[in-house]
Amino acid sequence: MSQPIIAIERASKSYRNGQHFALSELSLEIEPATFVAVVGGSGSGKTTLLKVINRLAELDTGTVRVYGTPVNERPGHELRRNVGYVFQGIGLFPHLSVAENIGITPRLLGWDAASITARVTELIDLVALPRSVLQRMPSELSGGQQQRIGVARALAAKPAILLMDEPFGALDPITRDALGTEVRSLHDSMGLTTVMVTHDVMEAVLLADRIVVMRAGRIVADGTPHSLLSGHPDEEVRAMMEMPRRQAERVRTVLERTTRG
Amino acid sequence: MSAPCSKEQLVDDRVASALRLLPDYLGQHVKLSAAALLLGLAVSAPLVVLARRSPRVRWPVLTLVSVVQTVPSLALLALFYPLLLALSSLSEELFGYSFAALGFLPSLLALALYSMLPIVRNGVTGLLSIDPAVMEAARGVGMTPRQSLFRVELPLAMPVIMAGLRTSAVWVIGTATLSTPVGQTSLGNYIFSGLQIQDWVSVLFGCFSAVALAIIADQLLALIENGVARRRPLRVWLGLALLVAGVAAAIVPSMRGTQAKYVIGAKSFSEQYILAQLLADRIERAGSSATQRIGLGSVIAFKALANNEIDAYVDYSGTVWANVLNRRDSLPRAQMLEEMTRVLKQEYGVTLLGALGFENAYALAMRADEARSMNVHSIADLAPHVRELKLGADFEFLARPEWAALRDSYGLAFKEERQYQSTFMYRAVASGEVDVISAFSSEGRIAAYDLVVLKDDKQVILPYDAVVLLAPRRAEDATLRRALTPLIGAVPIEQMREANQMVDRDEDKRSPAQAARWLAEKAGLN
Repeated sequence: MSQPIIAIERASKSYRNGQHFALSELSLEIEPATFVAVVGGSGSGKTTLLKVINRLAELDTGTVRVYGTPVNERPGHELRRNVGYVFQGIGLFPHLSVAENIGITPRLLGWDAASITARVTELIDLVALPRSVLQRMPSELSGGQQQRIGVARALAAKPAILLMDEPFGALDPITRDALGTEVRSLHDSMGLTTVMVTHDVMEAVLLADRIVVMRAGRIVADGTPHSLLSGHPDEEVRAMMEMPRRQAERVRTVLERTTRG
Repeated sequence: MSAPCSKEQLVDDRVASALRLLPDYLGQHVKLSAAALLLGLAVSAPLVVLARRSPRVRWPVLTLVSVVQTVPSLALLALFYPLLLALSSLSEELFGYSFAALGFLPSLLALALYSMLPIVRNGVTGLLSIDPAVMEAARGVGMTPRQSLFRVELPLAMPVIMAGLRTSAVWVIGTATLSTPVGQTSLGNYIFSGLQIQDWVSVLFGCFSAVALAIIADQLLALIENGVARRRPLRVWLGLALLVAGVAAAIVPSMRGTQAKYVIGAKSFSEQYILAQLLADRIERAGSSATQRIGLGSVIAFKALANNEIDAYVDYSGTVWANVLNRRDSLPRAQMLEEMTRVLKQEYGVTLLGALGFENAYALAMRADEARSMNVHSIADLAPHVRELKLGADFEFLARPEWAALRDSYGLAFKEERQYQSTFMYRAVASGEVDVISAFSSEGRIAAYDLVVLKDDKQVILPYDAVVLLAPRRAEDATLRRALTPLIGAVPIEQMREANQMVDRDEDKRSPAQAARWLAEKAGLN
């Protein structure tokens, strides 16, 4: 096994003066080139887990290492320029064109204009949008197109790590499925390490190499989709992982009834 | 001058004389407004940034600027004068350096304060109303707090900020008209002097110029706002260029005007406007140049003179005696002038050049026919009759020491005492509603309504001789003395009354400048 690219050790983070623990003594190591899905109910701490990796949130105790160095050893903004982040609310800059949105992090890093333009064009091709959208404003795009730009923006500065916070939550099912598949293939072709927070078990099962299940700031299950689908001692985890299959079962029942009818 | 003129000609004439003053008034107004806005913006910007980051700063900042806004703007302007005067004398004591407390500085500070509310409130609102997802994205893509502020938050808040700036610009341009009484020339000069002499052409001229200026500034800022919102840099630059060019075009011609060598002051009533013009005309005839600071508050005028902020003006001996020298005693006229000349020189370095020849004192007046029928020439003659007579007074008279002194010395107990605004007081005595009124002895309406002023045999009321005062730095100024000395003793009361009447009357109205030329002509000075 190679050195972990993200290493979280006994991380704790509480809100409301210790009333509520978002992370409780959580430890997690992630190998390079892995696609990890973090699932769990709301309030389980999964978004906080994502945010402590690029210091959008600060830990109370514990350490997080990214690329082998503790994250609090250098300024947060430098770290964030080297870690791609796709937001739940997309968060495109409404006053900047699509091209400027995608090119923002390279610009902050001081790339020259020609390299930025080349990279932006490359990315718009990669996220399968026509180059004509580059000069448009975000408000002129559909939700699915906007999140494609969100992904392109996160990848612009060629980070090795991509963090995604319920990236497809607001999209219609068809767009969601297509975009999920595309992100997975970008992950493979670019050799990314991806951590995706989602509440959709089906999405996690179909896209991830490894699924981490969280509850009350702790990890309650951690394994490949195959191993978790095959059963787990924790009852809630078992119930959650059975969901996709139970739903598929019900779909089949509906289909059979219709054909008989 | 006495030749009858048509109404149209008179209006044209008043518009023409207003237009002549426009470069100076407009330039000063624009300079003041632009400087106040820039200063307000410069102070507001850091406050907005602080208030955005910390709710603990936000509340006091917003409360403070709102409270400032509730202070009546005229009072705010007036309060800065004594404040700056105190600071100026303090700094002179401590560092040997004093600054002008009158005119530009107090107006600038008051207006800058006044401009802050819309800028701060809109700035804070604009910054706080940005979508949190966008703010988080700014951090997420690796912006420092500073980059987030300048690249994301300020551009996004810009429409709201610009709207605040536009509101502020309109307020400041409007409120700047109130800076006239603290000695700052502005478009308000038209309004204040016009109101005083009931010259509605002048008032309207001032209002329209201020409104036009506000609209132009607002529209140019709107162009910039539009350019920012729609990302059209051309519009932003065009708006900025026009704004800068407009300010420069307004200020540059007035710079030439401010190079005038002498500054003549005037308090805020017709007679003062006429006399200031008379003094200025004399200086120009002597080959020099003069500007006027008109509409000064009564006490402000003397302080401004003593501080060398104006070079000369006309005051009244009784006012100086009681209000400046704080004397409660009374001396015969000649002795009083002599004493006052000495003390003014000694204590303030102010030169009393001499008396113009007329008095503007509180006096009792009544209809000439009634006085004749009662055979009354003096207050002493009137005293036996007062139980049957009604007194009309202006709002101030009954509370003044002059009235107390008259009442006690002559034993005056009128049947009834009524208070009027001065115009209505004259109408009341003319119509017989009251019998005796408190008048000013040089008031033009005394002649117009055929009134007589009753002699004060006991000399109870202080002499109010109109006297020319010179600033300390002009004590030995030969040009000024040569220009103004011929006026000493050259303005008799009848002529001053008639000049005042020309300006005050409703029909065949003349401007103070015309009245001043008429006075000079009568004195053989043209």
